Amino acid sequence: MPKDFLQGARERYDTIVIGSGLAGLTAANTLARSGQSVLLLEQHYKLGGMATWFKRPGGHIFDISLHGFPVGMVKSCRRYWSEEIAASIVQLKNIRFDNPMFSLTTTFNREDFTRLLIEQFQVPADNVRAFFDAARGMNFFDDQATTVGQLFERYFPGREDVIRLLMEPITYANGSTLEDPAISYGIVFSNFMSKGVFTFQGGTDRLIKLMHEELIKSGVDVRIKCDVQKILVRDGRVAGVEVNGRQIEARAVVSNANLKATIFHLVGADHFDRKFREDAEAVRLNNSSCQVYMALKPGAELDESLGDLLFSSTAPLFRTEALLSRDVTSRTYSFYYPRTRPGSDRSLVVSSTNARYSDWAGLSSEDYEASKRDLVETTLDALARYVPEIREKLDHAEASTPLTFRHYTKHMEGASFGTKFEGLAVSRAIPEQVGGLFHAGSVGIIMSGWLGAMNYGVIVANDVDSWLLKSAPMTPPVASVS
Amino acid sequence: MTPVEIKAVILDILEGIAPDEDLSDLKDDVPLREQLELDSMDFLDIVMELRKRYRVQIPEDDYVQLATMNSTVNYLSPMMKDLEKA
Repeated sequence: MPKDFLQGARERYDTIVIGSGLAGLTAANTLARSGQSVLLLEQHYKLGGMATWFKRPGGHIFDISLHGFPVGMVKSCRRYWSEEIAASIVQLKNIRFDNPMFSLTTTFNREDFTRLLIEQFQVPADNVRAFFDAARGMNFFDDQATTVGQLFERYFPGREDVIRLLMEPITYANGSTLEDPAISYGIVFSNFMSKGVFTFQGGTDRLIKLMHEELIKSGVDVRIKCDVQKILVRDGRVAGVEVNGRQIEARAVVSNANLKATIFHLVGADHFDRKFREDAEAVRLNNSSCQVYMALKPGAELDESLGDLLFSSTAPLFRTEALLSRDVTSRTYSFYYPRTRPGSDRSLVVSSTNARYSDWAGLSSEDYEASKRDLVETTLDALARYVPEIREKLDHAEASTPLTFRHYTKHMEGASFGTKFEGLAVSRAIPEQVGGLFHAGSVGIIMSGWLGAMNYGVIVANDVDSWLLKSAPMTPPVASVS
Repeated sequence: MTPVEIKAVILDILEGIAPDEDLSDLKDDVPLREQLELDSMDFLDIVMELRKRYRVQIPEDDYVQLATMNSTVNYLSPMMKDLEKA
């Protein structure tokens, strides 16, 4: 008989959280700490969602999405997780750019960017200050008509090099483009610019292990390999979920699954009104990614002057379309030195490129494998520009594609940054459609990335807690009139 | 709870949210955001903490009432006057 991953699970919980990405994990922990009974269901065999890692023979550990987050993570981890988790967050001080327009190294904060823009790019100081102030002052309720491209044109007219410096890292961080609303750019960019780029010492595996321990302490019932088939709705209110062939009741459900999958697959379109369905249909998924994972032989070292993050490109100009093309001209390298996992003697490189699902989905299995091999080889060639001896030092290399992301996260089209801006309003409106149903996950660019997802988990946990208090049955219950 | 007690509760919550800040010279009629490094997540934490401790519900549209200490205490007074300080 197969193992019952729900053995001992209760019939009923206050809240069921579907999916253990950083938003789902943080929502579950926050709700349990406020006194609710919480069941966390993850379809994969490990927690973390896109915040994940994998191991390969020889002791190599690759991080998938540990590339750098804003300083706000320290506060969020301290408050919603633990002092120990917050204390492991350290700065990545060497962020590099190398492209036909410029090469530079920066700490990626406002002070250093101001210096670079004035001294190296010769932009008037007043424009630089005005741009930073405008980006900093942006919030969620502002006008959404202005695009990122228009924002840049206002402060740096005709300066393609400046746009590249300001935009390329954010495009890699969350898939946003020059056509997206300026506010989504301004909020994310300002978060990074406040203190620079940070990482988690010990790697993603250690972070998720610590979070798992914290969930247990908070009293969350954590279950892996539990694939939710259906969110159950009765009389316009959420009633529970169907998981691994079993029904479990709940007064509230938080879905950390992909937004559109939640609405159209887990709940079903007929539980939503027409206007909402149209809005949800119209939500654009963000793009996916390809990555190449390269592990050096034990003890083989990388020169730290390579930097921590390197935005490299051979394209003459910055163009969003070019970033998604299978004809790869731009790559972001994350260099992981042994200090990433103190005590380790391993150095690793992960190369990331943005990619379209449709470019990979239609291939025959032969072409798909050949394309993956080609991706590894061309990436090694490209990396040799910075690490000439890479092939001699290499112990293991492999690639992932949009199909890989889809396989492990079940995100539609392997979306690695959730949805475009309009997804946020749809995510927020779900509880008005189905009482007690909530969505927390990467949406609207602002709520993407490790910090965005984590904070969105808290925001939604607050909504859930408020809903449960409001909808608490009156005691003693009024006898039903039948 | 009296307004003085409500203020003490808010100060206690703020101490947890901004442990590195000195709250002793906080001006009651100046926006908290101008005196402390608070972002929107911090205000959400105040709301969550009040619900956790006293089951006080603050709808999202009313978050603006939490701008200054005075406005916060004025806003909360009718809701918390019959509660005992925890």
